[in-house]
Amino acid sequence: MLLQSFLEQSAHDNPDKVALIVDQNRYTYLELEQQSNRLAQALLQRGLERGDRVAIHLDNSPESVIAIFAVLKAGGVFVMVNPTTKIDKLTYVLNNCRARMLIIPEKKRNTILEHSDLLPHLKTAVTVGPAAKEQANNELQMPRFESWEQLQDEFADCVSPPETQTISIDLAALVYTSGSTGNPKGVMLTHLNMTSAARSITTYLLNEPADIILNVLPLSFDYGLYQLLMAFRVSATLVLEKSFTYPHAVLQKMIDLQVTGFPLVPTMSAILLKMDLSKYDFSNLRYITNTGAALPTEHILTFRKRLPHVQIFSMYGLTECKRVSYLPLDQVDTRTGSVGIAMPDTEVFIVDDAGHRLPPEHVGELVVRGANVMKGYWEAPDRTAERLKPAEIPGEMYLYTGDLFRMDREGYLYFVGRRDDIIKSRGEKVSPKEVENVLFTHPGISEAAIIGDPDPILGQSIRAIITLMPDQELTEKEVLAYCRKHLEDFMVPQKIEFRAELPKSPNGKVDKKQLTLP
Amino acid sequence: MSSIQSDVRNFVADNFLFGEDPESLQNDDSFLETGIIDSTGVLELVAFIEDQYSVEVDDDELVPENLDSIDRLINFIETKLKELA
Repeated sequence: MLLQSFLEQSAHDNPDKVALIVDQNRYTYLELEQQSNRLAQALLQRGLERGDRVAIHLDNSPESVIAIFAVLKAGGVFVMVNPTTKIDKLTYVLNNCRARMLIIPEKKRNTILEHSDLLPHLKTAVTVGPAAKEQANNELQMPRFESWEQLQDEFADCVSPPETQTISIDLAALVYTSGSTGNPKGVMLTHLNMTSAARSITTYLLNEPADIILNVLPLSFDYGLYQLLMAFRVSATLVLEKSFTYPHAVLQKMIDLQVTGFPLVPTMSAILLKMDLSKYDFSNLRYITNTGAALPTEHILTFRKRLPHVQIFSMYGLTECKRVSYLPLDQVDTRTGSVGIAMPDTEVFIVDDAGHRLPPEHVGELVVRGANVMKGYWEAPDRTAERLKPAEIPGEMYLYTGDLFRMDREGYLYFVGRRDDIIKSRGEKVSPKEVENVLFTHPGISEAAIIGDPDPILGQSIRAIITLMPDQELTEKEVLAYCRKHLEDFMVPQKIEFRAELPKSPNGKVDKKQLTLP
Repeated sequence: MSSIQSDVRNFVADNFLFGEDPESLQNDDSFLETGIIDSTGVLELVAFIEDQYSVEVDDDELVPENLDSIDRLINFIETKLKELA
């Protein structure tokens, strides 16, 4: 089964059903199917070949949904890039996966033009939104710019999907995720990986066509992306919001549209629990989900008290296999701190440092098997080998999560900690090294260390501890401004601390343990 | 330029524009769409309004209609001040 069949099947069975609501606009399954078919034909006509990577650098919008399915239908591999990603990292991602095409908002055209010399693989950039003035393509210029609207017009008659050679073990997506070495790595996910994960998750969430799921998480975050995939798999309705910036407006929309499913990260639940929820009528809400980081037990208990009819799914996962476990509803009140059991059609166990399976109640690394486990990291065999290791069945690979867990005697999982120093802030992974690397590029900064502090809203807040070059003066604001210019929003530190020197371990490395001491 | 307008523009420029040219921000530009303010930014904005103008902002006033551009902020502050008067 191919991932695009989620849209194609729903468009066939329920053509006039509302698939997507963005702002005041509603899109039926048939409309999305036809628009993505047109774009797929356009991409093929403009030179896309099977397996080519297409980066989608848009915020949560109908175009991003259409683009994802169009790329799949054209036999390509889609790569979502967070809308707040800055040009340096975008360049890195585009070059790392050698993306042939890029879909961007019109307002980013000039940034791409200015950096086109650094983007040798990029052949075509499709821009979404009205152009400031008529833009002529220079014959020799690479990439060639195309307007989304003009492509939709030019291919208006192409309402059927192109023929595809794709099979289910072909790549469907690369999802870039932060790694401990600083540069993000592309998680390779096949059609089979993604359809398997979506099937397991919709099975335990009991998703059905009547569901209306409201998603504020970016589609570049796999938790956000799967809301789309899962909704379309069961012919449900997806409401897309660009952010949770205005919680009241989002909650009001939830009520107006009679939303039944609401995915959260702990940061959002912390904001929700600060609000007076009794003012809102949540009677249509069937479930909320949490992943990205463990939902604090007191959040779960408070939700149970304030919204007793709402099902709470506490879950755990990582991009490398999307989702691992969920806590069955009948366990929420008794095993509140657990992230549950393996989801359907996956298997988990806990191993020691030598890879031997551990009995219950021992702490070790969590290992995952399932059709949802990634193919590996894009062109990074060494890093792949750290995560995918030979299994007992010859030829199979197990996914080593890098996360420490304990399993109780009935098989319920409890998160203990991470093996590396990756920070989880607002539910997203932040590589300290990636932030430090940006700080090091500032001429006034001599040394920098990034650590995560516990934070009731963010999960972990990001603290930068820096020393300055001799005779340099910098304010916190100036450092933050520099970070904002070069990092995605969720990676920008909350706090900048200036020190005369950083504590060092005997081998001269910055001693982060000592920095985390109160 | 009214004093509310200049105060609001200065606050936004100092706290969210980070060295970008303040002139590039139009009074009717959406903060959400230009990506200059996120959810913590909104809380900073509210704290500024409450401090500067001694008004109280309720949860259900935290909506883009009130806060999502310089013009909307000015309108919102003026309305709040009228309520007080």
